[in-house]
Amino acid sequence: MRTGTDLELFRLTKRYGDTVAVRDLNHLIAAGTYVCLLGPSGCGKSSTLRMIAGHESVSEGAILLDKADISNLPPAGRGTAMMFQSYALFPHLSVRDNVAFSLKMKGVGKAQRHARADELLDLVDMGRYAARLPNQLSGGQQQRVALARALITEPRVLLLDEPLSALDPFLRIRMRTELKRLQRELGITFIHVTHGQDEALALADEVIVMNNAVIEQSGPPRELFNTPRTEFVARFLGGHNVVRQDGRALAIRSDRMQLSREGTEGIAASVFGIEYQGTTVQIILKTPADEELTVVLPERDFFSRPFEIGETANVAWSEADVHALEG
Amino acid sequence: MAKSSTKTSYWQAAPMALVFLLFFAVPLGVILIVSFWKYTQYSISPAFIFSNYTDIFSGCFTQLPSLCTTFSTYLQTLIFCAEVWALTLAIGFTIAYFLVFEVRTTTMQVVLALLCTIPFWTSNVIRMISWIPLLGRNGLINQGLQDVGLTSHPIEWLLYSHFSVLLAFVHLNTVFMIIPILNSMARIDKSLIEAAHDAGASAWQTLWNVLIPLCKPGIAIGSIFVITVVMGDYITIGIMGGQQIASVGKVIQVQTNFLQFPLAAANAVVLLATVLVLIWALSRLVDIRKEL
Repeated sequence: MRTGTDLELFRLTKRYGDTVAVRDLNHLIAAGTYVCLLGPSGCGKSSTLRMIAGHESVSEGAILLDKADISNLPPAGRGTAMMFQSYALFPHLSVRDNVAFSLKMKGVGKAQRHARADELLDLVDMGRYAARLPNQLSGGQQQRVALARALITEPRVLLLDEPLSALDPFLRIRMRTELKRLQRELGITFIHVTHGQDEALALADEVIVMNNAVIEQSGPPRELFNTPRTEFVARFLGGHNVVRQDGRALAIRSDRMQLSREGTEGIAASVFGIEYQGTTVQIILKTPADEELTVVLPERDFFSRPFEIGETANVAWSEADVHALEG
Repeated sequence: MAKSSTKTSYWQAAPMALVFLLFFAVPLGVILIVSFWKYTQYSISPAFIFSNYTDIFSGCFTQLPSLCTTFSTYLQTLIFCAEVWALTLAIGFTIAYFLVFEVRTTTMQVVLALLCTIPFWTSNVIRMISWIPLLGRNGLINQGLQDVGLTSHPIEWLLYSHFSVLLAFVHLNTVFMIIPILNSMARIDKSLIEAAHDAGASAWQTLWNVLIPLCKPGIAIGSIFVITVVMGDYITIGIMGGQQIASVGKVIQVQTNFLQFPLAAANAVVLLATVLVLIWALSRLVDIRKEL
């Protein structure tokens, strides 16, 4: 649904001296979507986010929110709010004062801003900790406070810079669910920068994969995963084998590969590594051409006739599972 | 095991403790003891009398609100102290801010910070005296002003005045403010400034609500340095004030010149108590231990 508050990046470019961090980005982000900017470090995803936030100047192009150019507005005047990677909570202020900070800057009275801060702290389930100082909280709790602080400005777009990277894996998955729930409830746009493909696939309505300062591909996670456009996307999202055949690059999902001892079709390869992953087993094979292939088998299938390291097996796939890549 | 490791740590602390005892605790104890002794024009003898203290404050409380010599000397010193504190704080904070937030490379930061300490390569007496050719009646500034035609005759208050004392104090002590504030400020996560900006804080609001509170420990440490130095000073006030301006330190110096050691000792104890009260008040405002 197109309401008024779409975010549009138009020919957005960021230069640092001679290096181009973001090159000629054009993209429309529909209101109320959860967008993940995915890419390796140095791909320009953070610069893009910081330009949208207003913490980095735009070299060329424009950022439009609700059809108005916001690229030259101060961060607080844009209708965006940012949640920082290290949370950037003010260490000398209590949790409540941290959340109420932007209201204090606007000159809202103490009682009123504290009441509002408490509402937001309740929203992120941190009401009990309002009087604490940030360093008395765990990483996950600090993150909730940072979230409440960003949301108190009632942004139309919330920008999250690698919000889960500082958490341990268990907490990361819990906070991930929480972020998604909040986004659904608030109905605002979330733009979440990450280098973790699992995070992006799990959370996003739309994933934007960036590499070398440009967008490689964007779309719903399932579309991206099943029809990666380039070898980079296929490899970065993982779960794919990229095979070269007749000068063309092909992507085949590792869980669609077949592995057998007897078969004659496909490629003969030696088992190089076996990783048990609970519900599945991942087998890494090396072809005679020294290419690496990964096959993912359901646990039960693997252990009914387990392979050993060093053994030779036949890797095959059906033509229907082959996806041709560009370039 | 635990016992021997306790012993070891005592041994490790011993050299420092010994130095501290010999050069700080013992002299301080001697001063305290001597402050109760008797003296005449030519002799000092052990005693336990309070007259040295009562002499310092004689008539001070009865003649209030007009100030006795002791009170007016203390007031004068405290005024210097407050002025120097305010100026060094303002200048020191600004320089530290510049070094931390405006200078981009660490190398440049280190180079500029070291530059601030270059004046300390010479003794502070020389640094003071070098102001004289600049500020004197026929000094560079006065001649320059007269050549340009801004004044017809030399400005008298440039040297041997309240102004010149203040100038020298600020010149000598600003670095004591810069370093601890720099230390506090360098620890501030830059993203906090961005977060404040993101929350709509103006530059001044960020300064008052984020930077200054986070620099408080550095400000307190710098303040202790500056207050202690200025409260006890007699050299700067002597040289730059042309020996015409009174200060508590100068009173003590004059008394030692006249061999009135017990009286000087009593004055020193009163001064020490005053400085300790000031520092105690400061440490109530800030938890300095957090910074160490």
